[in-house]
Parts: sequence; C-alpha cells; structure tokens
Amino acid sequence: MSASTDVDARSGGARALYSGNARVVVARGLLATKSTNWVVVVSGFFEPVFYLLAMGWGLGSFIGDVTLPSGTEISYAAYIAPGLLAVSAMNGAVYDSTWNVFFKMHFGKLYDAMLSTSMGPLDVALGEILYALLRGGVYAFGFLTVMQVLGLNLAWTAFLAVPAVLLVAFGFASIGMAITSYMKTFQHMDWINIVLLPMFLFSATFYPLTVYPTPIQWLIQALPLWHGTELVRGLTTGELSSASGLHVAYFVAMIAIGLTFTTKRLRALFLD
Amino acid sequence: MSAPVIAAEGLTKTYGSLTAVAGIDFEVPPGESFGLLGPNGAGKSTTMRMVGAVSSRSAGTLRVLGLDPDTHGPAIRSQLGVVPQEDNLDTELRVRDNLIVYGRYFGIPRRTCATRADELLEFAQLADKARSKVDDLSGGMKRRLTIARALINEPRILMLDEPTTGLDPQARHVLWDRLFRLKERGTTLVLTTHYMDEAEQLCDRLVVVDHGKIMAEGSPSALIRQYSSREVVELRFGSERNAPRRRGSRERRSASRCCPTGCCSTRTTARRSSSTSPPRVCTPPRAWCGAPRSRTCSFGSRGGA
Ligand SMILES: Nc1ncnc2c1ncn2[C@@H]1O[C@H](COP(=O)(O)OP(=O)(O)OP(=O)(O)O)[C@@H](O)[C@H]1O
Ligand SMILES: [Mg+2]
Repeated sequence: MSASTDVDARSGGARALYSGNARVVVARGLLATKSTNWVVVVSGFFEPVFYLLAMGWGLGSFIGDVTLPSGTEISYAAYIAPGLLAVSAMNGAVYDSTWNVFFKMHFGKLYDAMLSTSMGPLDVALGEILYALLRGGVYAFGFLTVMQVLGLNLAWTAFLAVPAVLLVAFGFASIGMAITSYMKTFQHMDWINIVLLPMFLFSATFYPLTVYPTPIQWLIQALPLWHGTELVRGLTTGELSSASGLHVAYFVAMIAIGLTFTTKRLRALFLD
Repeated sequence: MSAPVIAAEGLTKTYGSLTAVAGIDFEVPPGESFGLLGPNGAGKSTTMRMVGAVSSRSAGTLRVLGLDPDTHGPAIRSQLGVVPQEDNLDTELRVRDNLIVYGRYFGIPRRTCATRADELLEFAQLADKARSKVDDLSGGMKRRLTIARALINEPRILMLDEPTTGLDPQARHVLWDRLFRLKERGTTLVLTTHYMDEAEQLCDRLVVVDHGKIMAEGSPSALIRQYSSREVVELRFGSERNAPRRRGSRERRSASRCCPTGCCSTRTTARRSSSTSPPRVCTPPRAWCGAPRSRTCSFGSRGGA
C-alpha cells in the first residue's frame, strides 16, 4: 500500500501558491490587534479628522470657495475632505503593509511559521493585504461619517466612496507589501516615508492640479494618490467623468502588480 | 513492509558556491524514529527544510509521503508537524491562541482546533499558561509549546530540529518523555541533534552527517560500538590568557573530525594553566545514561587563533 494514497494528489500547480485560506490570516491579524496594538489603530482615525478641522475650517475660512472644472463652486472643506479620505485609506493600508509586515518578516518570523503549514505564499500575501484593507476601510467609513455630519458630502454618490476607498487601500496595501518584501533594513523603510509625505502634500489634495506647470502635472498624474483623490472627489461632489473609470483601472493594475510581486517574493524568501 | 514515508536519493542543496547538503541517501519507514546527528554547519537543518517542503532541492530525488515537495508542497506540509531550530511562535498571540490559529492555517475547523489545543496544552504541561503571553514563557516552555503546535494537525511525520538545545537537563528529560510517548503512539519522528545521548534516547536509527555527507549510519548502540572507545579525553593547551575560550570553536570542530560519530556526550577537559607545564589527562566519570564514551583528542596550537 503506497503511503501517498490518502494524501490529496491533485494538489500541484496553483495550489502550491494558494490554499484558499487567506481569511484565517485576516482573523489572526484581528486577534493580534485586539490583544496588542489597538491604540495605534484608533489614533490613525483621528489624524485626517484633525487635518480636516485645521485646514478645512481654519485655513478654509481665508480661502473661501473652490471652483471645480465643471464650474461648480464648493467650500474649501468639501474640496479637501475627499482628498483626506483617500489619504487616510492610503495611510492605514501602507502602515499595515509596510511597517507591520517588515517586522513580521524579519523579527517575528511569522511568515516562516505560516508557510510551514499547508498555506501558500498567496494566502499570506492576500490575507495580510486584506487585513490592511479592512483597517483602511474602517478609517474610511469613520471619516465619511464625519464628512456627512459636517455636510461635506454633496451628492448621493458619496456612499460609493466606501468601495472606492477600499479599492484605493487595496492598491496601496498590495504595492506596499510588495516593496516591503524587498527591503532589508530599517533604513530602507525610511524611504517609504520620503515618498509618502510629498505625495500626500502635492497630489491635488489641498489645491487643484492646474497650479502646476504641465510636466509636473504629468508626474503627479502618474502617482497613485492623485488617482485616489480624484476618484473619491468625483464621488463625494457628484462630479463624475470618464476619467473615473481610468482611476479605477489604475488601482486594479496596482493590485495585480503588487500581488504578483509579493507572492513571488514570499516564495523566494520562505520557500526557496 | 510498508513504503517509506521519506525517501531521499542523492539529495543536494547548494547556496551559490557553497554545498550545504552534498548528495545524501536515506529512507524512513513509517513509525520509525530517525535521527540526523552532526556538528554545526553539517547540513542538518537544510535537510530538514527540504524534507519539510519549505526549501527546494538543488539536485537528487526526494519523496515525502510518496509526493514530490517541488510540486506538492502544501499537501506534504499539511501532513507534517515542524519544530524549527529557532522557535517561531506568534508573539502577538497568547499561548492557547497560538495553537488554535496555527491549526486554522491548515484549514482545520475552529472547534476542532480548540478541542485539540486544550488536549495539547495538557500534553505539554502548559494548561495553566493558556492565557499567558508567549514572551512570558521560559525557554523550555516555549519549546514544549512549539512541539504542541506542531501536533495540532495530527501529523504523520513530526520533524524536530534540535528539540532540546538550550534546555536544562530536567527540561530535556520532560521533553524526551513527551517525544517518547508520541513515538509509542506510532508517530514517525525525524530529529536532528548534536548529542549522542539524545539520539540514544529517541532514535531507532540515525545517520551521522558532516560537511553535507553521511559519514555513518545505524542504530545508536551499533554506532557507539563501532566507532567509539569507552572514554572521552579532551586536551587543551592553554596560554596564560584563557586560551580555551578563544579557540573554543576551532577545537570543537577538530573534535568532531576525530570522532566520526560526533558522539561526544561527556567531555572532561584537562587544561594547562601555563604553556610550560605538561597537560594532565582526566578520566571522565561514568555517564548517567550508561553509554560507552568516545575518545576525542583535540589539540589546539599554542597561541594560535
Ligand atoms: N539560506 C542560506 N543561505 C546560504 N547558506 C546557507 C543557508 N542556510 C544554510 N546555509 C549554509 O549551509 C550549511 C549547512 O547549514 P545548516 O543550517 O543546514 O547546518 P546545521 O547542520 O543545521 O548546523 P547547526 O547544528 O549549527 O544547526 C552552513 O554552511 C550554512 O552556512
Ligand atoms: Mg541546524
């Protein structure tokens, strides 16, 4: 009697990468957050709210209204709120998929343990990214509620900002984890901040892109946060255009690329 | 005679120009307790990782439970329990959750995991630590928890990489006792160790590896009979400034080379306090396990490092 008969022999190919168990990785993340670092999670919610109050109300009272491309005038707070919403999704997703993942990868040995079970690298990658996404989603929902209370949601399409923000967070988490999997030291990790901060400030978050000369506009338009900001702003102000589809496509591509590289890299690192 | 659960032929692993495992052959029948004995860097962990389907081989053939780890990694891993050389417990989760969540990684239903976790905590004598943080456990407790975790999927093969390194004698005995019970229940054990006494306690059969090659193979008692004399004598030629410590690693290395089994369970060290007086030779006391002891001769050169 062969020893192999009661082992699932159909398990080659794609099953070496994915066992359909990503949700357990998400559940593990929630359990770990509950018992250790929930304070960090809560503080992440308030950051964009403080920005909205300081810039939207404080600075906004000097600036007055902003004219959208369609000619509609909206308050400065209503202009920057969707940008901050996209930023909060980005921050939540990036924090989890970079610093947390880096730590687990190099010090916690968590992925070593996970990949010595029947899980594949795609389970781990997808699970960690979905967990990051969940957090981004909670922030987004909270912030959108604040916007509603302050009367900054100008159209019924605003509720679609929740799935849109999840898409944005998914894109950032995928790319964030892919990049992190190539990082070797904490110094490398600092580069992430060097990229994030200017992107936050310059991606048409606080003023329209038209203030820049054309080449700079192109540069900004190549970066993901601009697509996120524009997508969400279109939904909360009701100014949708054909470009919205393009923004969605940008994030879908970002997710595909991020997942591919993360899976590859986890395989190389832990199943070489 | 049933088919072997592990069969390796010409198994090789290279890292760049370094050959960590240089073509080894072995078979493990079901229910056997099989050991890999050898010094640091011999290639034990690398072999374990290839068998555990977390490292791909560079050459040779390997079948675990009849499957090729290259193409059936997850299916093989679902039938293995793995205790790595360094504990990789989830420090963000509590003791009991470590077991449950690990079981969930295998896709085992939550309820089953919870029942098994409670049984395994009893088995590992950690029931009173169920709600503790992992970081608050002692080294021996962590090791027992890692072994308990490896059993959550009721594996057919339990792979233990140096299960008792770093534990005090008492903790080692507790662990041996637990492993012996598993063996009695029919679990196939594959373990690595630096210690002949451990191999003697736990292994039916073992191979001695060094430099990625198998140097000897047989039952522990046969190997001891074949390769060792009754005593270990280790000589050190120290200089005034505490030379044994400085040359420690080098002497260990030469020790393992003159004893082909590497089975140096007890060492007695005769030291010269200055480079002019002659070395003294001490006969070691009887080993507690009653095994004959090997003779090891290691001579460090004067003042060299
Ligand atoms: N990931 C790796 N990259 C490069 N070299 C490696 C890697 N893993 C192991 N090696 C090398 O392979 C050789 C065998 O290492 P291995 O860990 O298998 O030894 P070991 O017998 O387990 O030793 P120890 O008793 O110290 O645990 C060593 O020379 C080691 O440096
Ligand atoms: Mg080792």
